[in-house]
Amino acid sequence: MGLSAPSDRDVVSYTPEGQEGWVATRLDFLVNWARANSLWPMPFGTACCAIEFMATAASDFDLARFGMERMSFSPRQADVLICAGRVPFKLAPIIRRIWQQMPQPKWSISMGACASTGGMFDNYAVVQGIDTIIPVDVYVPGCPPRPEGLIYGIRMLQEKVKNERAADKGTRDEMEPDPSSQLYIPPSLIDELGEPFGNSVNQTRSGL
Amino acid sequence: MTRRTVNVELSTTGLDAQGRPQRVPILTDDGGGLALQAPPGIEPDLEGEHMLINIGPQHPATHGVLRLVLELDGETVVRCIPHIGYLHCGFEKIGEYRQYNQIICWTDREDYLNSIGNNVAFALGAERLFGIEITERCKVLRVIASELSRIMSHLVWLGTFCIDIGAFTPFLWAFQRREEIYRLLEKWVGARLTTSATRVGGMAADIPSGWMDGLRQFIRTFPHTLDEIDRVLTKNAIWVGRTVGLGVMTPEEAVNWGLSGPMLRASGVDYDVRKDFPYLDYETYDFDVPVGTNGDVYDRYLVRFEELKQSVRILQQAADRLPDGPVNIDDPRIILPPKSKATSEMESMIHHFKVVMEGPRPPIGESYVAVESPKGEKGYYMVSDGTAKPVRWRIRPPSFVNLAAIPKMVEGHLLSDVIAINASIDIVMGEIDR
Amino acid sequence: MSRFEVVKTGSSASGAPPTTQKNVPHRNGEPNPSAKALQEKFPSAIERVEVVWGETVVFVDAWSVHEVIRWLHDDESQRYDFLSDVTAVEYRDAEVPIEVVWHLRSLPFRRFLRIKAQLQKGTALEIESVYDIYRSADWLERECFDMFGIRFRGHPDLRRILMWEQYREGYPLRKDFPLRGRFSRSEQLRQALAQNPEARYSMEELSIADAFAELPEDMRERLSKGERTGE
Repeated sequence: MGLSAPSDRDVVSYTPEGQEGWVATRLDFLVNWARANSLWPMPFGTACCAIEFMATAASDFDLARFGMERMSFSPRQADVLICAGRVPFKLAPIIRRIWQQMPQPKWSISMGACASTGGMFDNYAVVQGIDTIIPVDVYVPGCPPRPEGLIYGIRMLQEKVKNERAADKGTRDEMEPDPSSQLYIPPSLIDELGEPFGNSVNQTRSGL
Repeated sequence: MTRRTVNVELSTTGLDAQGRPQRVPILTDDGGGLALQAPPGIEPDLEGEHMLINIGPQHPATHGVLRLVLELDGETVVRCIPHIGYLHCGFEKIGEYRQYNQIICWTDREDYLNSIGNNVAFALGAERLFGIEITERCKVLRVIASELSRIMSHLVWLGTFCIDIGAFTPFLWAFQRREEIYRLLEKWVGARLTTSATRVGGMAADIPSGWMDGLRQFIRTFPHTLDEIDRVLTKNAIWVGRTVGLGVMTPEEAVNWGLSGPMLRASGVDYDVRKDFPYLDYETYDFDVPVGTNGDVYDRYLVRFEELKQSVRILQQAADRLPDGPVNIDDPRIILPPKSKATSEMESMIHHFKVVMEGPRPPIGESYVAVESPKGEKGYYMVSDGTAKPVRWRIRPPSFVNLAAIPKMVEGHLLSDVIAINASIDIVMGEIDR
Repeated sequence: MSRFEVVKTGSSASGAPPTTQKNVPHRNGEPNPSAKALQEKFPSAIERVEVVWGETVVFVDAWSVHEVIRWLHDDESQRYDFLSDVTAVEYRDAEVPIEVVWHLRSLPFRRFLRIKAQLQKGTALEIESVYDIYRSADWLERECFDMFGIRFRGHPDLRRILMWEQYREGYPLRKDFPLRGRFSRSEQLRQALAQNPEARYSMEELSIADAFAELPEDMRERLSKGERTGE
């Protein structure tokens, strides 16, 4: 009864030794500034969003002012994977392989409704969101997003890049789902959890 | 109607004695004309195995997610096997679960370069199925929409074709012109690319006031860009050298392979759906259909370029003849009643409810309406069983049938020619894979 | 030297230049003259002729389709040289058979004709291919097979075109195939990711490249028995 003594687990330590020094923060700033302002995109453009991406890269909206005019179609030379367009299941291993071929540091932007959630294509053929295949940093909604929308998403990504710290050890680790970890959810449990929202086996949606 | 066809002539060398395409060498000191000389004797490729290389599905120059597997003898293509389906999204299946007005949103996304043209095509097909005659104003607006979308699609084709050959600047010029059309469309229907501008029985919205001035401004300034691009490309020796004599299809082959649109017309067959099976009163507009005589990539470029000019001509006539009057038909069972009536009269409210919740129901039957899309003969085949959702919605994709001919066209050409030939077909994977 | 004479569409057509059709009747419009010619030439194969919204639909017996289409292509008074589409329709009513539909155009005569053949559900869905008449049938028939499971006899390379070859859920456009597929989303994703994108060369492609000879013995045996590596 009453207050119990605080255990070690509940105390967060803010000792000076745990913080970064001045040099480390300046280095972080420099590296992040360089990365954010020269993100080389890998346009994984499939459908209509790819046309809006091309319009964003063209003269009127001009991605070159953000340092992104050099489209690298080889994933090995790219920083950002911009998935512009719908991804069907046949294309799923391709985008996964492209993501694996990109070297760290890498980020990804899911452009458009179809890349983010499957969009208007809730059917047998389309992946319901590329975040089921690759990790996504920024989702840009729209069908297709206006060039200003995509630029807003790119600016958000730049903010995210600038807030990274070299001291965060785990940021740039590649994660494969480890079946033995507690983060892994087996497929049968996924089906069970998703059941109230309807899936193809039960077709509980209202016949749409 | 005046001249039916415009023969586009160019003295090409075509094929040489060995049956290989002749190359036009870079201009040296001729100063004026094109120096068409036979290239020096072609060395036979060194004896060796054939190489199998894979282009795509992720590739900058495949115009979408297309995969080409090429068997190469040195650098010459011996065989080409295309693989498609990487953008298959089940359009036709989902069309069976949507009302006719809802399907219009899907027609934007399949050929996304010609989105408003697809909306028009689908609305025409649905109106044939319903047995509706649309108003005169709607017809002219749809002609304006179709021609604007033809210009948009050809500009993307031009830009990306130039990039594939190596010229980057026309891409920027083309996209700048497209931004003007985007602004016009945005004022009209609210969206740039995925317009969903038509409805069964009319249009989603009438043009706002002042829109026609914007259109006339575009018509006035667009030919200058065309002249600029023409100056830079058409007689350019590098351009001619990279495109002449490639991917030749004879007229009989082209018809048998089911090619349509500029691919077919470049081979000398003057089939244009607007002239041969007209719709939207196209027979009353005065325009020419360019027809090539060589069937190669250069002729396809010339045909599409000329089509851009003809589209401007049609736009001018349409802008001059736009009649006043209602845009939508007056049938409340099919098209939404005006909001003022729907909120005040009971009957209109019921009609509004029925049209939105259930959707208009056509009689039992089927219809196939084909339009001339920038890619070719685009058709929507719809079968109705009397309910609000079609039994079958089939898209006849011109790029699908055009692309099937690529193994025939690239045989015997070099690897870099494969890219040029692929670009000249003007494919849209969204339409091919649906 | 490739220089072709311009082939004018409608060179054999008679009458006034074509105009936009207006006020087309639902049924019983003017049929295409080819329908009458077909009924005279193939009286037993033609089941019936309908005119729906101005378009002539000829129902042909499934076993005579190839002969009929061959005649339509070759005969000088018909000359249907352009195959616009090959597709199929399955109705929601389970009793109604599946229809295979061909859209033919005669460019010299400016005519459009729809040929339909009915295949009973429950029997093997097979019909003759028109690949030898029209090369455009190549991919169109492959797509019809992919979406409906209809086999085209005589097609040189009938395999799936839009879905991947080991797609196990079935034929998507059939009415008994649910909109979202038969498997759950996670299972669909797992099957899709299980394809190895790099091992996607088919038997045909490997044999071209002479890589076949360099494969290990057991793999060659498995491949020649028909196992697929990928596409």
